[in-house]
Amino acid sequence: MMNLSPADLTAIWLTLKLASVVTLLLLIFCTPIAWWLARTHSIFKAPINALITMPLVLPPTVLGFYLLVLLSPNSTLGKILSDLGVASLPFSFAGLVVASMLYSLPFVMQPLQNSFASLTEKHLDAAATLGASPMDRFFSIVMPLSKSGFISAAVLGFAHTVGEFGVVLMIGGNIPGETKVISVQIYDHVEALEYPQAHTLSLLMMTFAFIVLCLLYFAQRSTHEQHKKGIWS
Amino acid sequence: MTQSGLKVHFNQTKHSPSDFALELNVQLEPSGVTALFGPSGSGKTTLLRCIAGLQPNIQGHLQFAGQTWQDEQTFLPTHQRPIGFVFQNTSLFPHLTVQQNLNFAIKRAKQKRQRFDYQDVLSLMNLKPLLQRYPHQISGGEAQRVAIARAMLSQPSMLLMDEPLSALDNRLKQDILPYLEKVCLATDIPILYVSHALDEVSRLANHILVIEQGKLVEAGKASDLLSQLDSSFANHQDASVLIAGKVIEQNADWQLSTIRLGHQSIVFAQGNEVLGETVRLRIQARDVSLSLTHSDQSSILNRLSAVIDDLKQEANNPSMTQVRLLIDDTPIVSRITSFSAQQLGLSIGMSVIAQIKSVALCR
Repeated sequence: MMNLSPADLTAIWLTLKLASVVTLLLLIFCTPIAWWLARTHSIFKAPINALITMPLVLPPTVLGFYLLVLLSPNSTLGKILSDLGVASLPFSFAGLVVASMLYSLPFVMQPLQNSFASLTEKHLDAAATLGASPMDRFFSIVMPLSKSGFISAAVLGFAHTVGEFGVVLMIGGNIPGETKVISVQIYDHVEALEYPQAHTLSLLMMTFAFIVLCLLYFAQRSTHEQHKKGIWS
Repeated sequence: MTQSGLKVHFNQTKHSPSDFALELNVQLEPSGVTALFGPSGSGKTTLLRCIAGLQPNIQGHLQFAGQTWQDEQTFLPTHQRPIGFVFQNTSLFPHLTVQQNLNFAIKRAKQKRQRFDYQDVLSLMNLKPLLQRYPHQISGGEAQRVAIARAMLSQPSMLLMDEPLSALDNRLKQDILPYLEKVCLATDIPILYVSHALDEVSRLANHILVIEQGKLVEAGKASDLLSQLDSSFANHQDASVLIAGKVIEQNADWQLSTIRLGHQSIVFAQGNEVLGETVRLRIQARDVSLSLTHSDQSSILNRLSAVIDDLKQEANNPSMTQVRLLIDDTPIVSRITSFSAQQLGLSIGMSVIAQIKSVALCR
């Protein structure tokens, strides 16, 4: 049906792997920070929020450039990492994961933070009076009540990682099977004037983006209706 | 004060307008229902939240049953305090069914000893038909019944109730009051009940603490406080007293029950009480009129000899006078016009006939 070359399939597989790993790590990493940000009155809240949102407004090349400089084997951090036995990050899958996590950070952090902030205090108070410890409250009350926030965060984080190009190019290059994701593959096809192949992959990306965003809005609509019914109030 | 009581001392002065000033030093009875009564914004709810540990920024000392919950060094977190808390608005977890909400409490019960049996609580609160429903599928009154049951099933050593009926309309409130009364009677643990509604307080409370602007204004037994003319209750439109007595007679033909009051008796419309049971009756001051003689032809059943103990013109409504009467040793209050008081020549020590137009059975 679709004339996907083995190289295309490798790129698709790599992209999905990258997006999955990045989304999973971001959810784990962002949850405690988003929880803290949603409830703190600390003066550091604003600067930390700004820092987290920066990948949203900076050109990916800027991010990629700094990462490249920071992580290169000749840099201080790079030296420390290689002394610790960590393989050089630039031009590797691990480096791509690190870069993508930074790049997609705001897309995971914000839905989580918004959803935590909208939780009413009384459910947490009630859980506490019923003997639930803070950890217990988080898993038994906060997580289920923030389900839609987690779904949004996961979907946006995944989709955004699938769609990245600039950062990958800066830090990952295009090593097939290691760092060559779909967007880079399309770029290569176009450079080589292989328009039909570029079309196939591009259409695939378009369809993916549309379906993912549809799912997201369906999920949001159903939570919105639950809101109207007073489920979460 | 026994070891099982609650000792509270909070002293929080205002640092900013949003701060709450709370200056309280109270000791609570080790059992029975203590009402925290006062106007809204008086600090009742804040006090209750402090006792629950939900207000961590307030300085104070808190001891329950000889155990320190809070002082300069200690702050026992809420989830480690053996309390049950019923909130003003329904606080049921929206993602759990009624059954799962109850299980949440049972799973985390505060003590092994089951003071409240699951089946007993279910039937007491009449929850069996609701178990499979979600909180948004039940009414506000039902939700509050579930919330009370949930608090009980966490097996607390003290129940804190923060205006549990205030979010309900009057009809629902009347529906749920009998359940609350059953809870109050079924437990031997202290219950702290915050309310600004006099009818709830007079139906439920054994003891009353009156709080105004974060300070304790009055404290005492409900039966004393509710009949004292100079207490904060006196100027209340629906001032009332509570009397308790054993049912000594029941007339099936007319559906009437009788309780003894000293050498006299009071007749009231029969509820579900049985012979020999102790019931509480609420007599509103405005339902008690006074007369100097036994006028024989009257629709009023309860006409009792009484002695005037005290009488006072209402400060904010001089046309009305409140008269405190003693029927043998039981105090009741009558609210009459100052004009009548003068016409009858009422004075302290005088014998009168108290005509009680209606008596409400509290339980």
